[in-house]
Amino acid sequence: MAADLAPPVWDFHGGLHIPDCKALSADRPIIEATLPSRLQLALQQHIGKPAEALVKPGDPVLKGQLIARASDYVSANLHAPTSGRVVEIAEMPIAHPSGLSAPCIVIEPDGEERWAELPAPITNWAETDPAELRERLRWAGIVGLGGAVFPTSVKTNVTGRQVDTLIINAAECEPYITCDDRLLREQAGEVLEGARILRHIVGASRILVGIEDNKPEAIASLREALSGDDDGIEIRVVPTKYPSGGEKQLIYLLTGVEVPSQGLPLDIGMVCQNVATAASVADAVLRGRPLISRIVTITGQGVSRPGNLRALIGTPVSELIAQCGGYTPQVHKLIMGGPMMGFALHSDAVPMAKGSNCFIAATAEEAPDPPPAKPCIRCGECVKVCPAYLLPQQLYWYARARNFDQTQDHNLFDCIECGCCAYVCPSHIPLVHYYRFAKTEIWASERERQKAEHARRRHEFREARLKRLEAERKARLRKKKEALEKKSTSAADDPKKAAIEAAMKRVAAKKAAQQGNAAPPPREGDD
Amino acid sequence: MEFPVASSPHLSGQNNVQRVMAQVMLALVPGIAALWWYFGWGVIVNLGLTSLTAVVCEWLVMRLRGRDPRPVITDLSGLLTAWLLAVALPPLLPWWQTVIGTAFAIIIAKQLFGGLGYNPFNPAMAGYALLLVSFPADMTRWLEPSVLGGHAVSLNEAWQAIFSGIPPHPQGWDAVTGATPLDHLRTELSRDHMISEIQRDPLWGNLGGKGWEWISSWYLLGGLFLLWRGVIGWRIPVSMLGSLLAVAGIFWLIDPEIHPSPVFHLFSGATLLGAFFIATDPVTASTTPRGQLIYGALIGVLVYVIRTWGGYPDAVAFSVLLMNMAAPTIDHYTQPRVFGAREDADGR
Ligand code: SF4
Ligand code: SF4
Repeated sequence: MAADLAPPVWDFHGGLHIPDCKALSADRPIIEATLPSRLQLALQQHIGKPAEALVKPGDPVLKGQLIARASDYVSANLHAPTSGRVVEIAEMPIAHPSGLSAPCIVIEPDGEERWAELPAPITNWAETDPAELRERLRWAGIVGLGGAVFPTSVKTNVTGRQVDTLIINAAECEPYITCDDRLLREQAGEVLEGARILRHIVGASRILVGIEDNKPEAIASLREALSGDDDGIEIRVVPTKYPSGGEKQLIYLLTGVEVPSQGLPLDIGMVCQNVATAASVADAVLRGRPLISRIVTITGQGVSRPGNLRALIGTPVSELIAQCGGYTPQVHKLIMGGPMMGFALHSDAVPMAKGSNCFIAATAEEAPDPPPAKPCIRCGECVKVCPAYLLPQQLYWYARARNFDQTQDHNLFDCIECGCCAYVCPSHIPLVHYYRFAKTEIWASERERQKAEHARRRHEFREARLKRLEAERKARLRKKKEALEKKSTSAADDPKKAAIEAAMKRVAAKKAAQQGNAAPPPREGDD
Repeated sequence: MEFPVASSPHLSGQNNVQRVMAQVMLALVPGIAALWWYFGWGVIVNLGLTSLTAVVCEWLVMRLRGRDPRPVITDLSGLLTAWLLAVALPPLLPWWQTVIGTAFAIIIAKQLFGGLGYNPFNPAMAGYALLLVSFPADMTRWLEPSVLGGHAVSLNEAWQAIFSGIPPHPQGWDAVTGATPLDHLRTELSRDHMISEIQRDPLWGNLGGKGWEWISSWYLLGGLFLLWRGVIGWRIPVSMLGSLLAVAGIFWLIDPEIHPSPVFHLFSGATLLGAFFIATDPVTASTTPRGQLIYGALIGVLVYVIRTWGGYPDAVAFSVLLMNMAAPTIDHYTQPRVFGAREDADGR
C-alpha cells in the first residue's frame, strides 16, 4: 500500500513526550450510556452567539426536535437529545472554567425515545450542492467535536477560497483521551464517509488523515475501511508527540506548510476537521440526524471502571461517572478535556456538552497540586518545547508586569495554550494561566477602547447636534426680530442701518452654517 | 461532589530549580577536586567559608524581608553562587575578603535586585570583580600548583593562613606563591620575551599551565555532563569558545611569537569554567536561541581583548558582567520567528 511507503512527516519544533495513560480506557468498547434522569442543555455549547430557545417550560419535546435556534451566523442549533418535557429554562452552572452559570434548557426524559420528524437523508450527496449540505450541517447543530466547538457549517464555508486538502485530525495527542481512538476502531467507515462528504463540501481534492502511531488498532481499522478504493484519501501516521493534534502542528506534520501566524488553515488552502465531527457529519447527511450525542471518555485512577460512553448531550457528569462505577476514594480532581489543556471542574453537577470529549477523575498522583511557584530562572526550557516558537519566559515576564503591549510584541496571540512550557518549567510557574490572564485583559481593554470610542463619538455627535439646533433657533429668532423691526422701522427707512443689519445677518448665517458643518468628527478606528 | 480547581496543564514534569542547581554543583565537583589536588586545603576552606556566608546572608535577607528563608536557601542557587565564587578565589585569600565577596554577591548582586531570577548580573562574578578591584594584590596571589614541586598546603596550614595570615611555609609567602600562567605570560611578554622562550619555563604544560590545564579539563568534563543532562544549552559555550578560538587563532597565525596559541587560551584562566558554568547562568544570560549565540560569541571576543590589551590578566568575570548588561538588548532584537510568520519577516 502506498501509505506504507512512509510519506514524509515534518517534525514540528518543541512539544513533549509524555506518558499517554490511554491504556486505562482504550480497550473499553463504546457503550451506550443509560438515559439520565434529566438533561441540561446550555444554549451556548459552541463558539459564537448563544442559541435562542424555541421552547418554554412545560413543552413536550421529541427526540431530535429543534429546541433552540442559531441566533447568528456564528451560532449553532440545539436539539432535544431525547423525548420528554421541558421543565425549566434558567441560568445554571455549566462546565466552564469560570464556574459561572449560563442559560440552560432542562429536559426531563419520558423514556420513550420518540423521534421527531427528521429531514430526509441525502444519499446522493456527491451530486448535491455544497451549500445545501452545509445547510444540513447547520441544521444538525454540528460543531467541532475535538473541543474547539466552532460551528462546522461556518468552518466549511469556503466560498471564494481555493481548498485543496482536507485534514482529518485523528491525532488525539492529549494523554488519557480515547474517544476518537474508539470511534475509529469501531466506526472507521463512518468517519471516512463523513470525511468524503466534507471534502465535497469544501471542494478539496485530497484527504489526509493524521493519526499518532500509538493507536495501531485505529490505524488498522482505518486502512481496512479504506480497503483499496482510497480515492484520494491518505492515512498518515505521525510520531506520538504532544501537541501533534494542534491544528497548526498537525498540518505542518502532514504537509510541511505553516499556517500563517494568526491566520487560518484556509489561508493555505486547507480545512481541518476532527474525526468525531466527520462522523456526525455523516450521521446528519446520510441519516438526517442532528447532533444529540457524542462519545466521551471517562477515565483516570479516580473512577472505578474507566470507559468510553456514547452519551446524550446534557447528561450530568455525575451520572456518567456513576455509570463507570463511581469514584474511587483516591479521587482528587475532575478534569474536562485532556490533562494538558482541559480545565478542572469545581463540581460534577454540571452537564456534558458537545465539546466534552473526556472527563478525567484524577488522583493526587495523576494531577498533583503544583508546588508553590518559584521565580523564573530564565533557563529557557520553555523555549525549547514551545511549538509556536514563542519565548514563554518573556511573555510571562511581561504578563506579570501587566505590560500587555510587550506581550503582544512577543506574539502572545500565537500561543495555543498547549501547556508544554508550564509542564517543563522547573520553577512550576503556571505560565498558561498568565497568558490567559493577559489575553483576557487585552480583550477587555480592547472592548473598553471600542466602547469609549463609541461613547466619545456619540457624545460629539450630540454636542454638534445641540449646537446646530441652538444656532438654528437663534437664527430663527433673529429673523423674527428683524421682520418685526423692519415692520416698525420701514417708515423711517434708514439705509445705513439696513445695510449693517444685512451684513450682520450674513455673518450670522455663515456662522450657523459653519457650526452645522463642523458636526461629525473625523472617523477613526474600524468599527 | 466538589473538587479543587487549578489552571491547566494539570500535569507537570519532574524538573525543579533545586535539581537544576544541584546538577550544576555536581558538575563542579571534579573541578573542585582538581583544585584541591593542586592547591591544597585552602580551596576547601574557601568553599566552606563562601557556603556558610551565602546561607547566612540569604537567611538574613529573607528574615529582614519578613519571608520564609527556607525555600530560598533550599533552592540551592545561593550555594551555587558560593561555590562558583570559591573556585575563582586564590586558595589562601584572607577570610574576611572571602566573606565580603560572598556577602556582596548574595546581598547586593542577588537579593537587592529581588533575588533569584531578577538579578541582572551574575552574582558570583560580581563578588569576584568587587574583590579583584578592591584587593588586587591578595586576589592575584595564587599558590604554585603542587606539581611544580611546590609545597602541598595542609588543612592546618590553610586554616592558619586564611584566618591568621600566617604563611604556610617557614620561608614566607614567596616560597609558596607563583604567578598564574596568564600572569606569567603577560609579564614576560611585556619584557619582550618571545613565546617560544617563555614556554621553556617549567610552569608550562602541554595545553596551558601545568596543573591549570588539568583543572580546566575537569571543568570541561563537568560542562559536558551538564550538556548531556540538558541542564545547559550548547549555544553559549560553543559560541563563546568558538569565538575565543577564532580570534586567538587569527592573531596566533599572524605571529605565534607574540600571541599565544588558541589552545593556551582555552585551557588557561577561567575560560572553560566560564564557558560552561558562568556564561551559561540562565538568569543573566541572553535567553533567545540566536541571542545566546551572539551573547556567547561576544564574551569570547571580550575575553581575548581584555586578556591581551586590558589591565587584568584574566577576563572572564569582566566579560561576562559586561555582556550581562547587553543581554536584555540582545534578547529584544533576537526574538525567534514565530510559527507561521512570513519567512521574509525574520530569520529563525
Ligand atoms: S521554563 Fe520556567 S523558569 Fe525556565 S525560563 Fe521558562 S518560565 Fe522561566
Ligand atoms: S502554552 Fe503557549 S507559550 Fe506555552 S508552549 Fe504552548 S504555545 Fe508556547
